[in-house]
Amino acid sequence: MADLQVLVWLSFALFATGLVGVMIRRNALVMLMCMELMLNAVILALVTFSLRTATLSGTVLVFLIFVVAAAEIAIAIPIVLQLSRQRRSLDVEGYDSLKG
Amino acid sequence: MKLLTVIVLLPLAGFLLNGLLGKRMGRSFVSIVGCGLPILAFLATLRAFAHLQGAGPEASLVEHAYQWATFGERSFDVSFYFDRLSAVMTLIITGVGSLIHIYSTGYMKDDPGYARYFAYLNLFLFFMLTLVLGRSLLVCFVGWEGVGLASYLLIGFWFEDPAKAAAGKKAFITNRVGDAGFLLGLFLLYWALGTLNMDEINAAFMGPVAPAVSASLVGILLFIGATGKSAQIPLHVWLPDAMAGPTPVSALIHAATMVTAGVYLVARMHGIYEHAPEASQVVAVIGVLTAFFAATIALVQTDIKKVLAYSTVSQLGLMFLALGVGAYGVAVFHVYTHAFFKACLFLGAGSVIHALGGEQDIRKMGGLARKIPITFVTFAIATVAIAGIPPFAGFFSKDEILWFAFASEHGGSPVLWALGSAAALMTSFYMFRLLWLTFLTPSRMSHDVEHHVHESPFSMTSALIVLALLSAVGGFVHVPEFLEPVLPLATAHESLEHLEHSLVYVAIAVAVAGFVLATLLYRQGLAKGDALAARFPRLHRLLGGKYYIDELYEAVLGRPLHWISDRVFLGIGDRFLIDGTLDGLAGLTRRAAGRLGRVETGQLQWYVAMAVIGIVGCLAWVWRHV
Repeated sequence: MADLQVLVWLSFALFATGLVGVMIRRNALVMLMCMELMLNAVILALVTFSLRTATLSGTVLVFLIFVVAAAEIAIAIPIVLQLSRQRRSLDVEGYDSLKG
Repeated sequence: MKLLTVIVLLPLAGFLLNGLLGKRMGRSFVSIVGCGLPILAFLATLRAFAHLQGAGPEASLVEHAYQWATFGERSFDVSFYFDRLSAVMTLIITGVGSLIHIYSTGYMKDDPGYARYFAYLNLFLFFMLTLVLGRSLLVCFVGWEGVGLASYLLIGFWFEDPAKAAAGKKAFITNRVGDAGFLLGLFLLYWALGTLNMDEINAAFMGPVAPAVSASLVGILLFIGATGKSAQIPLHVWLPDAMAGPTPVSALIHAATMVTAGVYLVARMHGIYEHAPEASQVVAVIGVLTAFFAATIALVQTDIKKVLAYSTVSQLGLMFLALGVGAYGVAVFHVYTHAFFKACLFLGAGSVIHALGGEQDIRKMGGLARKIPITFVTFAIATVAIAGIPPFAGFFSKDEILWFAFASEHGGSPVLWALGSAAALMTSFYMFRLLWLTFLTPSRMSHDVEHHVHESPFSMTSALIVLALLSAVGGFVHVPEFLEPVLPLATAHESLEHLEHSLVYVAIAVAVAGFVLATLLYRQGLAKGDALAARFPRLHRLLGGKYYIDELYEAVLGRPLHWISDRVFLGIGDRFLIDGTLDGLAGLTRRAAGRLGRVETGQLQWYVAMAVIGIVGCLAWVWRHV
């Protein structure tokens, strides 16, 4: 039982780390990595709860998130690449003219 | 066979045919439909008239055409009523109307709006016949408004000219003032009697039990309507401007028929006026003042149509004088003779204008007698008729009006007679002045114009000849006696009856005096008249400026209205309240959007922070509420 509790806390810590990272870091790549961290935290939580309730739906959702995360990163990386090429920088503050 | 309905509907058919198909079918189709249907209506009227004569003097034909509306137990019907009074009016309208239609085929020959013109003219006839044949005052009112519409359309027939379009608007709006009075009178009658049928209203007022409504009040309200349509003081201002329309229109609508609608209305409602001495007095005084002042204005006008227009106003005043002293049949008699000679004069003026290629200023005419002899002779006959020289038509009717103005027991007085006679003197003077200056004095035309002068085509002169004949002999038909079964005639004071013959001589003397004065002043041309005007410059300016009534209305009504519209309605109402509210709302939205827009910085971190705050807020809310 206590193991599962630890896992939930770990998941929370990972998510909080990712969120704070997205909010305070300026580097686009680091922000992306933090977002991945948040996703992994969610996956960890899902797996934990799936184990706890002995159902499969949480595990199935994990595979869904894998797919979404792969697609997301496949799109996000080229965008960041293009942006860094344009601005010669990975600092997101330099991208504020995109607001239109 | 519903003869009366047919009479009314024939011109409507003409309007529809010419209005819808006229442009495509060509001019001969338009002429045939435009003239043919009024002539058919005239023939139908003759037939109906024969029926009526066969039925006895007090008979009337009533025809129910259509049930308009039902409210509970009450219903409004469109039915037609044909007695001797409506017979006389209908004969004038269809008869003179047909002649003027025929004349118009010549006068308007080259106008691009030929089909439109005939459509309007037929529309006018339709409404005018509705007016005089309608049994209910409501039907009459529909016709009343309809002729106003047709008049507006025809005054502004050449609407490309802003002045002419404005004249049309002026006529329409001035009439609206009178119509308000007419409508109030209608409401009052319906409220008190529960019917609008004119014969029933008359019977109610003539009956033993007086209706629960003041006859004088109703009489004055209806008379206000009549002052609008018949151009009496203070609503006379539209008629002279109405001369902007084509001349045959002036002859038909603004001389022979429509403007006499007010006279018809008062004569038709004689039951009310006989029991309303105050209202009758108002009618007589307004009538005689109009007759007098319009005649003074006509003395100095230089536009041939304006002279005739003021003359019409003045003659209408005489008709109302007759109505006011209880001589209803005599007023209709003058309507009848006036229709002939004034239509003839207007058509003659049209022929002159046609001959001179559009010139209307009598100072630039003269010497036309030899060049357009038929026009001259017919115009001269009509002039003699209107001046009141026996045995021409105008003499008989005018003489009787003046006699009743003097001696009627229903409010006659020497003052009315004196003012009426003065108007008659001036009428004779300004008409002969017109005749001299237009036809007889040495020519004052420019060489170019003189070269082109030509007599009008037969379609025009034939109408002139018929009307001149009628102006010459029309007075021998004694209309007041013919109408007496339906329009009782006021009695003269017995103590004054011995004066009747002397007054006839005075009337003749007055007419001849006008002729002599005009001859003395204008036989050689303008010089003496101008010298006289120069001796009384102020008076001349006052008359030439038409007593500045238009300017007065502009100052008293026009400017305050403009001020209120501009400052209050436009400035405060529209600009401040409505625009202000809308602009304020728009400004508020824009400012709020400007403030909110600053949140969108383009900083990803800021967005994420906002999202987190939002999510935390949502979670907190859910926490509290679930």
